[in-house]
Amino acid sequence: MSSIAQRKPLGLRIGLNLFIVVWLIMAAFPFVWTVWGSFKVELDFFSIADWTNAIFGRNTEATYGTPFTGAGYFGAWVQEEFWRNAINTTIVCLFVVATSLTIGTLGAYALSRSGFKYVFWLLILALIFRAMPPITLVSGYLPVFFDWNVWGYLPTSIIVLVAINQPFTLWMLHSFFESIPKELDESAKVDGCTQFQAFRRVIIPVMWPGVITTGLFSFLLAYNDFAVTTMVLSESNRTMIPAINAFMGTTQTEGNVMFAVAAVVSATVPLFIMVLFFQRQIVSGLTAGAVKG
Amino acid sequence: MYMKSFALAGAAALMATTAFAGGHTADGCGIESGRISIVGNEFPAIQTVGGTAVSCGEAAGIEARSNLTADHQQINVDGMAGDPAEYTSAIIANSSIVALINEDVIRPLNDLVEAYGQGLQPNQLIRVGDDILAVAFMANAQHLVYRADVLDELGLEPPATYEAMLEAAEAIRAAGIMENPVGGAYAAGWNLAQEFNNMFLGYGGTHFVPGTAEPNVNSEAGINALNMMKALSEYMNPDFLTHDSNATSAEFRAGNVALMNMWGSRAAVLTDAEGTPQEVIDGFAIAGPMTVGGGTIPASTLWWDGWTVAKNISDEDAEATFKALVQGISPAILADDEVAKQAVWLIDGYEPTEAAVGVFAAAEMGTIPYPYLPFMGLMHTALGNELADFMAGRESAEQALADVEAAYTAAAREQGFLE
Amino acid sequence: MKHRTFFWFFLPTALAMLVFIAAPIVSVVTQSFFLPHEAVLIETENCGPFGCNTSITIDQEATAELWEEAPLGRFAGFDIYLDRGHLATAEIGQAWTTSESWSEFWSIVFNLPFYRALAFTLTYTFVCTPALIALGFAIAVAVNSLHRHLRGLMIFFSLLPMIVTPLVGSLILFWMIDARGVLGNFIQYLADDPDLSLKASTPLMWISLIVYGIWSSAPFAFVVFYAGLQTVPQDTLESSMIDGATRWQQIRYVTIPHLMPLVTFVALIQLMDNFRVFEPIIGFTAAAHATSLSWIIFNDLGGETRQLSAAATTSVLTILGVAILLSPVLIRTWRDFRGRPA
Repeated sequence: MSSIAQRKPLGLRIGLNLFIVVWLIMAAFPFVWTVWGSFKVELDFFSIADWTNAIFGRNTEATYGTPFTGAGYFGAWVQEEFWRNAINTTIVCLFVVATSLTIGTLGAYALSRSGFKYVFWLLILALIFRAMPPITLVSGYLPVFFDWNVWGYLPTSIIVLVAINQPFTLWMLHSFFESIPKELDESAKVDGCTQFQAFRRVIIPVMWPGVITTGLFSFLLAYNDFAVTTMVLSESNRTMIPAINAFMGTTQTEGNVMFAVAAVVSATVPLFIMVLFFQRQIVSGLTAGAVKG
Repeated sequence: MYMKSFALAGAAALMATTAFAGGHTADGCGIESGRISIVGNEFPAIQTVGGTAVSCGEAAGIEARSNLTADHQQINVDGMAGDPAEYTSAIIANSSIVALINEDVIRPLNDLVEAYGQGLQPNQLIRVGDDILAVAFMANAQHLVYRADVLDELGLEPPATYEAMLEAAEAIRAAGIMENPVGGAYAAGWNLAQEFNNMFLGYGGTHFVPGTAEPNVNSEAGINALNMMKALSEYMNPDFLTHDSNATSAEFRAGNVALMNMWGSRAAVLTDAEGTPQEVIDGFAIAGPMTVGGGTIPASTLWWDGWTVAKNISDEDAEATFKALVQGISPAILADDEVAKQAVWLIDGYEPTEAAVGVFAAAEMGTIPYPYLPFMGLMHTALGNELADFMAGRESAEQALADVEAAYTAAAREQGFLE
Repeated sequence: MKHRTFFWFFLPTALAMLVFIAAPIVSVVTQSFFLPHEAVLIETENCGPFGCNTSITIDQEATAELWEEAPLGRFAGFDIYLDRGHLATAEIGQAWTTSESWSEFWSIVFNLPFYRALAFTLTYTFVCTPALIALGFAIAVAVNSLHRHLRGLMIFFSLLPMIVTPLVGSLILFWMIDARGVLGNFIQYLADDPDLSLKASTPLMWISLIVYGIWSSAPFAFVVFYAGLQTVPQDTLESSMIDGATRWQQIRYVTIPHLMPLVTFVALIQLMDNFRVFEPIIGFTAAAHATSLSWIIFNDLGGETRQLSAAATTSVLTILGVAILLSPVLIRTWRDFRGRPA
C-alpha cells in the first residue's frame, strides 16, 4: 500500500475522495431514503403533496402520534407471513448455489483443460443460450411442467434457475480455471491421480476463492429472480420477490406498497451480512482468476 | 333500490336463498369425493370465494387448494390445458374468459347448474349460445369519483357528462384551487386502451364491423373519443401517460385531483389508506359514470368476475369443484360485514353499500359490458400500444387510429381471425 | 484431456442446458414459423349479468378438427418475420416509394413497433455499456485508493444498486424523479424550471432510463475491475514510475492493458443484458416513450390474448441481434483460442 507508485499528491487524493463521496451518495441515497421511509405510512413515503413529508412523517404523526411506525414490517412479517417466503428463498438460494457450482465447476474445468475446437463452439453456444429472453423460456416451460405435474414446486424452480444460469457460471468459472497453471493437474496425474482426483484434490483447493465469487453471483441471481419464480411457483411456495410483487396491487385493486417497502428493506439485511463476510473472498477470488474474455 | 337495477338484467324475483342457508362449510358442502384446485386473481373478494371453496373441500377430506396470484392469466390456460388439468377451476373476468373459451379448456356447466345450482340466480349464469360457461359473482365498473367539497365551494353539480367535467375542471383551475383537477389512469398500455374503450363506446362506436373481426375504430367515434381524451389530459398532471390506477388514486388521496373516472372496486377503499388528509376523506364522493357527446350510453364498461370449471377433468372432480364454488358464493358469506364490503356482489341478498352506488348506477344506465369477443384482447393490446403517440402529441388522431387498425390486423391475421 | 473424460465432466451442465434452454429454443424457432389455424367463427346469443346480446364466438368443434389435421398450425414460412409487428418489409417498401424526403421515410419507419423498440434498445445498449464500464472502472480505482478498513463498507454500499430488487427499486426511484419527488425537485432547482417533468417528455425519459441503467449495472463492473486491480503487478508500476511516467500514463499503459480481459468479459455480459433491457421500462411505466425488444415479447405474452407466434419470432430476432452485437468479441476470442494446444 505504501509503495511509491501508490503515494498520491494531495490534489489527486482530494479529487478521488470527492468522487467516492459523490458515488456513495448516488449508490446509497435511494436505499437510505427507503430505510427511513419504510417507517412511515404510504402517504408520507410516496408523498406527492410535499416531498418533505417523507422526511418528517407528518401524516404518520397524524395517524400514529409519532413520526415512525413499524406497521409496514408488522403487516409484511406477521400479517402476511413473509417469513414463509423468506424460508422458501433460503431453500432456493442454497440449492441453486450448490447445484450450479457443482455442475458448473465440473463443466468449466473440462472446458479449460481440453483444447479441441468443439470447446470453443460449446462456449459460444452457451453464450447464445444466454441471449434467449427469460420470459420466452419460461412461457415455453409452462405446458410441459403442467403436463408432468411438476409445476409450482420449489425443486422445479431450483432446476430451472440452475439451468438458465449455467452459461454465465460456465463463462465465469472457465476464466478462473484458465488462470490456474495446467502444470498443476498434469503433475498430479503424473503422480498417479485420475483426472477427477486431480480436479478434486489439487485444483478445487486452489480454486476456492473463484468458486465463492461465482457462487455470490449465482446467489444474487437466484435471490433477485422474478421472471422464473413468479411464473413457476404456486402461491403457497412463493419466494420473496414474487411475494413482494403481490403486495403491490393490480389495476383494479389497491395494494399495500408499504408492506413491499418494508419487505425489501428486511430482505437486504442478510445480503449486508453476507457481503461484509465475503468481501475478502470476493476480492481474493477474482484476483486468483483474472477473468478473461 | 339499487338492487332493482340488476333485477332488470336478470331476475331478482327468484329468491332461492334457502338452498344453502346457513352456509356452513364444516359439513363438506355435500362433497363426497373428487379434487378441487382453483386458480385466480388475488384481490380480497376472490380470496373469500376461493378460501370458502377450499375449506369445503378440506372439510370433506378431499384434495383442495387454491393458487391466487395477479399473474393468473399467464398460467390458467396452460394449467387447464393438460389432461387431467392441474386446475379444476379458474376464476376470471369477462375480459379474461375469452382466452379460456378460445382455447376450449372450460366445461359447459348446464348439467351441474341443473343438479346443484338452485341457489344461483339466472343473471349470474354466463351463457354463450346454449352453454353456461361461467358463474358470475361480482360486478365492477369505472365511474365518477369526485371531491364534493371542492365542487360545492364553486357551486357546481357533479358532472353527468364529460363536457361538464371539462367545464368543472376549468372552473376549479380558474379559481386557483387545483392546478390539475382531473385524474385519469392514462398510462400507456392496458389502462390507456381501457379509457379509450370507455370513451369510444360512449360516442356510440363499435370496435368491429358487426358480425366480423374487421376493425372499426378508425371512425368518427374514434376520433371524437381521442379528441375528448386529449382535452381531458390538458387538465391532468403532465405525467399522465405514466399514471396507472395506483398513481391516479394516489393523486386523489394527496388532494391534487377533484374529478376522476375510477374503478368501483378501488373507489370503495380509496380513502381507507392510513394518513389520508381529513378534507379528502370528508369531500370524497362517488356518482355514476358520465356520458359523452350527447349520447345516452355511459362512457364506461361493465365488468363481472366469475368462476369456470375445467374441461379436462373427471366428472367427479367437476362436481366437487362446482359444489364448493357454489358454496363460495352463497349468500352465507355476506354474513360477515367485511366480506360484504369487498365487492359489489351479484349474490342474492346483497345489500349495496355506499361505495357500490357508482357501479349500480352504471348498470342502471345501460352501460355496455366489456365486449368478450374472441379477438377483443388483440384490439385492446393494439390500442394500448399505438394510442400513446397521439396522446403525447407525436401524431394525429387519424394516424394513431390507422396504426391501431394496422397493428390489430397483423395480430388478428396471425391468430387466424382475419384472412 | 481425452474426449471421454471431457464428456463425463461436461455431461451434467450440458444436460441442464439442453433440456431447459436448447429444447425451448428449438420449440420457439419452430413456433416462429407456424401460425394458429384460422378460427371458425359463429354467431351466438350470449347472456350475462347485464343482459343478452348477439356476439361472435369460436366454433370449437370445427376448429378442433383443423388442429387434429395439423397439430403445429399453419405453416407460415417467414411471414411472421416480415409482418408489421416485426421486420415490416411491406410497410418499409411502401414508405420507400411514397415518402418524398428522408425525414418522412424515417418517421414512418420509427412509427413501426419493431423499429421503434430497436431504436431505443440500441441507443440504450450503446450508451449504457461504455458508460457503466467507465464508471465502474473509476469507482474501482477510487475505492482501491481508500484505507483498507473503509473498503468493505464501500463495497457493500456500491453493490446496493445491483442487489435491491428492481421491482421496488425502480418504483421508489420513479417516485423520487417525479416532478414533486425529492430528486425531481432537486433537478427543477438545478435547471431553474419549476415545471420540468422527466416523465412527460420522451428525451428526458430516455435519459432517465439510461441513467438508471448505468447506475444499476455499474456495481457489477466495479466488483470485477476492483478485483482485477489487486493483481496489477506492482513492479511494472514502479518501474514505469522510475521511467518518468505520469499517473495518467500509468493507468493508460499499465493498468488498462492489464484489465483488458476483464473489460471484454464485462462488455460481453453487459452488451447482452442491455440489449434485453426490460425491467426499467415496466418499473418506470415508460412504454409511452420507450419500448424494447424484450418489452414487445412481454407485451405479446401478457395481453388478454397471448400471441405466442409473435413473441417467438421477436425472441428469435433478439437472439440474432445479440449474436450480431457480440460477433466482434467472439472473433477475438476465437483468435485467442486457436493459439492454444489441444
